[in-house]
Amino acid sequence: MIAVYIEVRDGKIKKSSLEALSEAKRRAGEAGLGTAAVLVGAAVEGEAGDLKAYAPGKIVCLEHPALADYSSQGYAKALCDFVRESGAEALFFAATAMGKDLAPRVAAGLGAGLASDCTKIAVKAGRLEFTRPIYAGKAFLTLTLASTPQVATLRPNVFPVEAAAGGVEAEVIKKGASIPDGFIKGRVAEVLKEQSAEIDVTEAEVVISGGRGLKGPENFALLRELSAVIPRSAIGASRSAVDSGWIGHQHQVGQTGKTVSPNLYVAVGISGAIQHMAGMSSSKCIVAVNKDPEAPIFKVADYGIVGDLFEVIPRLKDEVKKVLAE
Amino acid sequence: MNILVFVKRVPDTESRIRIQHETKSIIEDGLNFVASPYDEFAVEEALRLKEAKGGTVRVVTVGREEAIPVLRKCLAMGADEVALIKDDAPETYDGLRTARIIARAVERKFAGADLLLFGKQSVGADNGQVPSMAAELLGLPQANVVTKLEIDGNTGTALREIEGGTEKVVFSLPAVVSAQKGLNEPRYETLKGIMAAKKKEIPVIKLDELGLTADELAPGVVVTGLDIPPQRQAGRILRGDPAETARELAALLHNEAKVI
Repeated sequence: MIAVYIEVRDGKIKKSSLEALSEAKRRAGEAGLGTAAVLVGAAVEGEAGDLKAYAPGKIVCLEHPALADYSSQGYAKALCDFVRESGAEALFFAATAMGKDLAPRVAAGLGAGLASDCTKIAVKAGRLEFTRPIYAGKAFLTLTLASTPQVATLRPNVFPVEAAAGGVEAEVIKKGASIPDGFIKGRVAEVLKEQSAEIDVTEAEVVISGGRGLKGPENFALLRELSAVIPRSAIGASRSAVDSGWIGHQHQVGQTGKTVSPNLYVAVGISGAIQHMAGMSSSKCIVAVNKDPEAPIFKVADYGIVGDLFEVIPRLKDEVKKVLAE
Repeated sequence: MNILVFVKRVPDTESRIRIQHETKSIIEDGLNFVASPYDEFAVEEALRLKEAKGGTVRVVTVGREEAIPVLRKCLAMGADEVALIKDDAPETYDGLRTARIIARAVERKFAGADLLLFGKQSVGADNGQVPSMAAELLGLPQANVVTKLEIDGNTGTALREIEGGTEKVVFSLPAVVSAQKGLNEPRYETLKGIMAAKKKEIPVIKLDELGLTADELAPGVVVTGLDIPPQRQAGRILRGDPAETARELAALLHNEAKVI
């Protein structure tokens, strides 16, 4: 069985967890294994209904009052116990903030190796073979894990979500997790939202990034105006824009920032330093707007405009708005 | 406070990575190696905590002797002590093996630490596994990808980055914390520090001093391939009137690339 940890934030199942579940189903089908979607929390049975549309195989709810708030220790204990009991061959997580926090803890608890932030999974001789970027995408590693269970985190936005046709009934299994008193020594006490409620660059379908060419922090407004007309888009930035204090580091794309794989990446006033291009080169379509025709970014761009971004971007916003309205 | 910081030697972020296919490894010739950038935030945070609360800062790395310059840099920044846990195994990008070495070293060589600081991931392997794995092996709470850290007595409060916001994690010490960019601004080494660090002898811990079994040291990851991503082909470049190029680009993205 391939088990998939399903992350719930604000009462909603994360899309990236559904991506991981869909990939688990595809690979399990190939390997002749079953699948299970695993929810963890104080009372999570209510989320099971939303999962059925994705034909998850079994739905397992691991519940305990001490799991009301996320804690890596408590959640890892519940998942490790479940994997040991069920004898799952593999356990997948979405490589979200929570998945990246939790998966290594679970893997270590199980004495298992971990394939982090995978972008491709194959079945070879009954084992899983994982492909993952290293050096922020400057190289790609393929690996197998020596032990069972095989634990992996899957990069968001890479694996397609597949819903099941028609209604599917899935067995819901409710289990009490075993969390001894005093076991949890650290927990999330509060979640603070960013005020703008912007989408994170790692989860956005379109990323519009600005660099030094913007000339100042105030000109990110141009990019935000363009972003406002494109659904599921987010604002990114180059390291030099972040290091100049123009925008928060959570927006930084590149080797000391985030690695992104959106459908569309728009690099505005970004020349294309090697550490930046590493972080965005797996985007499906890359657009560059830069006044320097020699900028390295044009070497990787699918489409480019050589021109003054201050003239191009406002017009591009109007034109995008027009084509989307059609 | 007794603080341990774990650092790793990595190629700097400007490096162009080349592959030796026979050994499935990267070619190290010509690369400039540095302390992983996130580790510098961890060292800086340790030094600030020590300055505020007293105690010691010890910096440890696992790797070959080539990692010693990274330890000297940490001494020059102000670390009290450093140690190399000598491990000559080739890089397999296996977090569990490294975490086992670190966890055992913490128990046998560095007992009594209040705080274990790491970078959130090494720039290179990009695993982000070792801090959480070490925390689990040692039974300690963890806070990863931390942009703000406060320690009050036996309690730590950390802000950690999540999608579209931050989480406040409250934990008891001892604990594992991994640093994200934004936690602080790492200091430069002083000339005096650099000179002093040059003269210091670097203690070396041999792997067999840690009493790990062959099973525990066996690689958990088997590398089956290592490749450079295919070169992207340069695409269509538009020049001329901004209104015209903007209109053409919007149409191409909608009709040809179908990405908007």
